[in-house]
Amino acid sequence: MNIRHTIFKVLILGLCVAFTAPAQAAGDAKHPIDVKWQHDGWFGTFDQASLQRGFQVYRQVCAACHSMDLVAYRNLMDLGYTDQQVRTIASEYTFEAGPNDEGEMFERPGVPADRFKNPYPNKKAAAYANGGALPPDLSLIVKARHYNEDYIYSLLTGYREAPADVTMPSGMYYNDYFPGHKISMAPPLMEGVVMYEDGTEATVEQMAKDVTTFLAWTSDPHKVERNETGIKVLIFLIVFLLIMIGVKRKVWKDLDH
Amino acid sequence: MAGPREKFDNPVVEWIDSRLPLFTMIQKEYGVFPTPRNFNYFWSFGGMAMLTLVIMILSGVFLAMSYVPHADMAFNSVERIVRDVNFGWLLRSIHMNGASMFFIVVYIHMFRGLYYGSYKAPREILWMLGVAIFLLMMATAFIGYVLPWSQMSGWGATVITSLFSAVPLVGDGIVTWLWGGFSVGNPTLNRFFALHFLLPFVIAGVVALHVWALHITGSNNPLGIEPKKKDDTIPFHPYYTIKDSLAIVVFMIVYAAIVFFYPDIFVHADHFVEFNALVTPAQIVPEWYFLPFYAILRAFTFDIGLFGTVLLSAKLQGVIAMFGSIIVLFFLPFMDRSPVRSARFRPLYRIALILLVVDLFILGYVGAQHAEEPYITIGQLATAYYFAFFFVIIPLLNKFEKPKPLPNSISEAVLSK
Repeated sequence: MNIRHTIFKVLILGLCVAFTAPAQAAGDAKHPIDVKWQHDGWFGTFDQASLQRGFQVYRQVCAACHSMDLVAYRNLMDLGYTDQQVRTIASEYTFEAGPNDEGEMFERPGVPADRFKNPYPNKKAAAYANGGALPPDLSLIVKARHYNEDYIYSLLTGYREAPADVTMPSGMYYNDYFPGHKISMAPPLMEGVVMYEDGTEATVEQMAKDVTTFLAWTSDPHKVERNETGIKVLIFLIVFLLIMIGVKRKVWKDLDH
Repeated sequence: MAGPREKFDNPVVEWIDSRLPLFTMIQKEYGVFPTPRNFNYFWSFGGMAMLTLVIMILSGVFLAMSYVPHADMAFNSVERIVRDVNFGWLLRSIHMNGASMFFIVVYIHMFRGLYYGSYKAPREILWMLGVAIFLLMMATAFIGYVLPWSQMSGWGATVITSLFSAVPLVGDGIVTWLWGGFSVGNPTLNRFFALHFLLPFVIAGVVALHVWALHITGSNNPLGIEPKKKDDTIPFHPYYTIKDSLAIVVFMIVYAAIVFFYPDIFVHADHFVEFNALVTPAQIVPEWYFLPFYAILRAFTFDIGLFGTVLLSAKLQGVIAMFGSIIVLFFLPFMDRSPVRSARFRPLYRIALILLVVDLFILGYVGAQHAEEPYITIGQLATAYYFAFFFVIIPLLNKFEKPKPLPNSISEAVLSK
């Protein structure tokens, strides 16, 4: 499976490596760690327990500053939550609704059809609260960065003391993997910052892995369905091809060519 | 269509055909149509391109039903298609990667034409219609790439439309007119959506002319000599309907593998970030199929002037060269005077053409890099070769190339093997 994966990738990339290879903007950032994900490859599926833990990390840590506008509470059913659990999660947030018949706006609890509650009323407020640096929306963050999951995982685990020769402006943090190394996001993950409901030990690496798995799912929620459909389509086409080869030989048999 | 018409046995078919001879036409053009017997699989790419056009139009129409061409909603509406519309993820992947597949197929189709001299008399108009299709495809693809309203969409649109500002005197006015404002914004997106819906049907129209012209002259073939005897040709059906179908299944396998397993392989990460007119991405790269032309655009680095007045700015030279690099293809049939078509019998042309392909790959690579050394120099040398191929090498070959002897006929060459 991995060999096929690799061979195919090499073939396709070989064809157009020059064209799609992105030139990395800041050349001094370290190459992200190559992590093995359970959802990698043609037959990879999301680790459900990890997705739920990742959602917990997102909810208790990331969601303090980052929005996730493209994901609705109802989508959480994909993580293995029941309808009732999803309703409960949604109802923990309040949304502004209205106007009602008297023309007044009012507040109501969230329902599964609501998109994830944005921590800030608007982008200006979000940037202002974060020293001018707008925290990006996380819905598509895994697709929106080169090296995808590997980059997000590396970034979350890549904080360290700035080297002696680097002066850090206040409100900036040193990260090995961020282009230019100076990032406005404070190290979000500390050992034990969340208490996992399933009892898994919340190390920084564990939380980074879980939340990145969750973000990979929010970026590409149909990944597994897409791959499963693809296998069926390819099997059909390969059988079709074998038949076509036979038909072509038969039709061309009597002709010298 | 006048002239004797063979009667059909089926009375319904006969009733229709005697009033509108559709069945006679299909029989004549796709049934018994005499086709050289020696095609290789390069001749299957025209059919593949036609199929891809149909796939693009169909998937595009369904995408348009859920897409919102408004600057505030376009990006999210595309994501909504992917996430919430039934099989929206599939439609988007088919359409987005279909554009790349279309260019791969058409580039191979064009290479086939160049290698076997399919552009030469009597097929000049056939070739020129093909170049027109290529130009329309480029316009359609560029405009379509803007519609998801990502960082790459908006900034790509800004870079490419700004090229027109190089036109002397009226340049800035043209750009404002194209944008419908003073920057790429909602009016730009609206008109681009309208054009992206329109242009594929224009392409379909030119394709109809292209196929019409093909059926007047008949196909070229790998030997580049016209069929003379009955033995030289075979009926299109069943021989080439079957052969092309086989090729199409192989094509579908490659296409499906990308659609289902590597849907983002041709896409830059910034294409998943919504357009923000205040934040310029670190690098603005066009889609892979434009990179060679982008490299030609950027190969011109100094202004040409006289007594301190700029006569031809570097930008304008680049724009002229970029458009010229495609326009020159229109004139190729009249520039290449060699009476021999196929590169099989033109040893020097063959080498020069293969070098041109290598050159285009180099240009593509350079187009994806930052404008810095050594890529600037490499890009300039590669651009020089591109134009030298048309303006130096081909005229020299007209004079000095000695072609190898041609076989007497297709059937003789095929059957003597």
